[in-house]
Amino acid sequence: MNILVCIKQVPASSKVEVDPITGVLKRDGADSKMNPYDLYALESALRLREVHGGTISVISMGPPQAKAVIREAFAMGADQGALLSDRNFGGADVLATSYTISQGIRKLGEFDLILCGKQTTDGDTAQVGPEVSEYLDIPSVSNVIKIEKVEDDGITVQMDLPNELEIAKVYYPCLLSVDKDIFQPRLPSYVRKTETKEREIPIYTLEDMGDKNKTHYGLNGSPTQVKRIFPPAVNDHREAWHGTAEELTGKLYDKISELKFI
Amino acid sequence: MGYKQFDEADLKFLQSVIQQDDRILYEGINEEYSHDELSGTSSYPDVVVKPISTEEIAAIMSYAYEHEIPVTPRGAGTGLVGSSVAVEHGIMLDTCLMNQVLELDEENLTITVEPGVLLMELAAFVEEHDLFYPPDPGEKSATIGGNISTNAGGMRAVKYGVTRDYVRGLEVVLPNGEVAEFGGKVVKNSSGYALKDLMVGSEGTLGIITKAILKLLPLPKKAISLLIPFPSLELAIGTVPKIVKSKAIPTAIEFMQREVIIDAEQYLGKKFPDSQSDAYLLLKFDGNSTEEIEETYDAVAKLCLAEGAMDVLISDTEEREDSIWKGRGAFLEAIKGSTTYMDEVDMVVPRSCVNEMVEYLHALQQDARIRIKSFGHAGDGNLHAYMLRDELSQEEFEKRMLYAMDKVYAKADELGGQVSGEHGIGFAKKPYLKNSLDPVVMTLMSGIKKAFDPKNILNPHKVFQD
Repeated sequence: MNILVCIKQVPASSKVEVDPITGVLKRDGADSKMNPYDLYALESALRLREVHGGTISVISMGPPQAKAVIREAFAMGADQGALLSDRNFGGADVLATSYTISQGIRKLGEFDLILCGKQTTDGDTAQVGPEVSEYLDIPSVSNVIKIEKVEDDGITVQMDLPNELEIAKVYYPCLLSVDKDIFQPRLPSYVRKTETKEREIPIYTLEDMGDKNKTHYGLNGSPTQVKRIFPPAVNDHREAWHGTAEELTGKLYDKISELKFI
Repeated sequence: MGYKQFDEADLKFLQSVIQQDDRILYEGINEEYSHDELSGTSSYPDVVVKPISTEEIAAIMSYAYEHEIPVTPRGAGTGLVGSSVAVEHGIMLDTCLMNQVLELDEENLTITVEPGVLLMELAAFVEEHDLFYPPDPGEKSATIGGNISTNAGGMRAVKYGVTRDYVRGLEVVLPNGEVAEFGGKVVKNSSGYALKDLMVGSEGTLGIITKAILKLLPLPKKAISLLIPFPSLELAIGTVPKIVKSKAIPTAIEFMQREVIIDAEQYLGKKFPDSQSDAYLLLKFDGNSTEEIEETYDAVAKLCLAEGAMDVLISDTEEREDSIWKGRGAFLEAIKGSTTYMDEVDMVVPRSCVNEMVEYLHALQQDARIRIKSFGHAGDGNLHAYMLRDELSQEEFEKRMLYAMDKVYAKADELGGQVSGEHGIGFAKKPYLKNSLDPVVMTLMSGIKKAFDPKNILNPHKVFQD
């Protein structure tokens, strides 16, 4: 099975600082890491390869230093990777990002299965995965929390929907956005890191894309603009209930059913 | 010893001091106040009082001293050796409501806290100010007063030392009700006997800590852990002295075995990030940048691989650190959950002997016919071994456990070790302390106790007292 995993470099700290004047995320000098959700996608790929064989490629988009997350994927066990990096790609919104990635995937090769994290911890839109699948004209499933069955022609997965769990088989080639905790991601290996230190990571620029029309990429290709970024209000929602033991037990049962704990 | 039996008149006095009914428990004292987290020592106090000020404690101590009523101080009750159990009943002082951070002094890098502040609250509070309180015992819901009373060590001792190294000053209510201050915000202090250091680790037998001034460090910007799978425990442990000798200074060198990891996974309902091996070393490094730390750990990683490690796994993000250290932090509770009952040994041996001790413990299981699980601070020589009852009858368990314990402490002694590294002596480990210490030392301890508490009302029968 040829598997591709889409990964992104994000700020390492969850404590995001916003410039109070410009309203833009402060990224200067900040440590970075692989988007935690992508680790679940990569781990899913590694588990699938352990059982079913095949190769794992990773693709990322970002400035040249984003190569670090591809190296990290190598240290976790990915076979090859490519970085989409070009000034023309800068300032892309969700649509332009998805388009660029889909063009990059076409350049990189043909894949049976494309895995994405559910969302990133910096953009948080959870839209890039499904939009990439649209551009590639393949089916996609989001919020995947379990892989039920792998067959020659497709994969059966469980998805976490607002009010129910749904199990569906989807045929290759397809794209899955996996939710967290589908598997516990493994740690990068020092041995693999050393072994893959010299492994080449091609950088794809606009010149490498099938569609070389500048206006489809980056700021030019973005119909939406970010007006302001601000940290979300801290959610410290709490509920206090009063009532008899019986009433409270019933209420608690309903609540934990609603939260799908049982 | 003829202590006064606690009665209604005494209760009236306590009520006059406390003046809030819900801070005095007299009838229907919760079962949890009769024991701590492990020791099997069980005894109810006559009354539990929850003071909120030094003045209240001073008034109570003064009264108790005059009337010779025994008093037992208690924090969160997470001790493991019975230090906070009211063996002679009487008054229990629960300090949990004295949980205010009084002052953060960023010019002196100190924090002044009341004794009931929880370790996890303290750590979170100082980190918000980019500061760092290094002692890091596994039990984060312990109070700082309790940590000081046992001189808790924890998982950063290899580089940063133990609780004692971070206590600058203490306000203490003495057994007779007088209030004394030991030490202060000063960095250096050569002014007479270091009574502050005597208080640290005194397990509530010399006075009641009502305020602590703690030393802080700037928060290291970054920490990276290495989880290192080895094909066998022997190889893993055998590598530890070589790491120490290599002069790289990790904040922690821990060892762990798969069995305990599986228990922790079940306990937490969360998977550990690796399962390829039976034995692991876990090392943590901190510093100011990823590059700086990578440079430090590189030599250690190569050393471990040369010693036979199967790989060296890198944990360099918050999520990865959580996935490992939350598991590590839950080991004690997880082992507890895996058996019916257990008792523990918390001995400390010179670091060069850790491997010998671990191998000894492993072999002892057969000899003593008892299941022993161990994990611990390989880097500082402090080993925790748990003897598990499983399906044995209590009587049979105790027989085998006592046999095993005698052996373990004798071995620790032979290696130049001590009875307790960080949990303390309390009630449960007294016989072993007595065996291990010179009578001259015991006599000195007894004299110190008398100087502080001539009527012996504060936490009697603990540490070295019969």
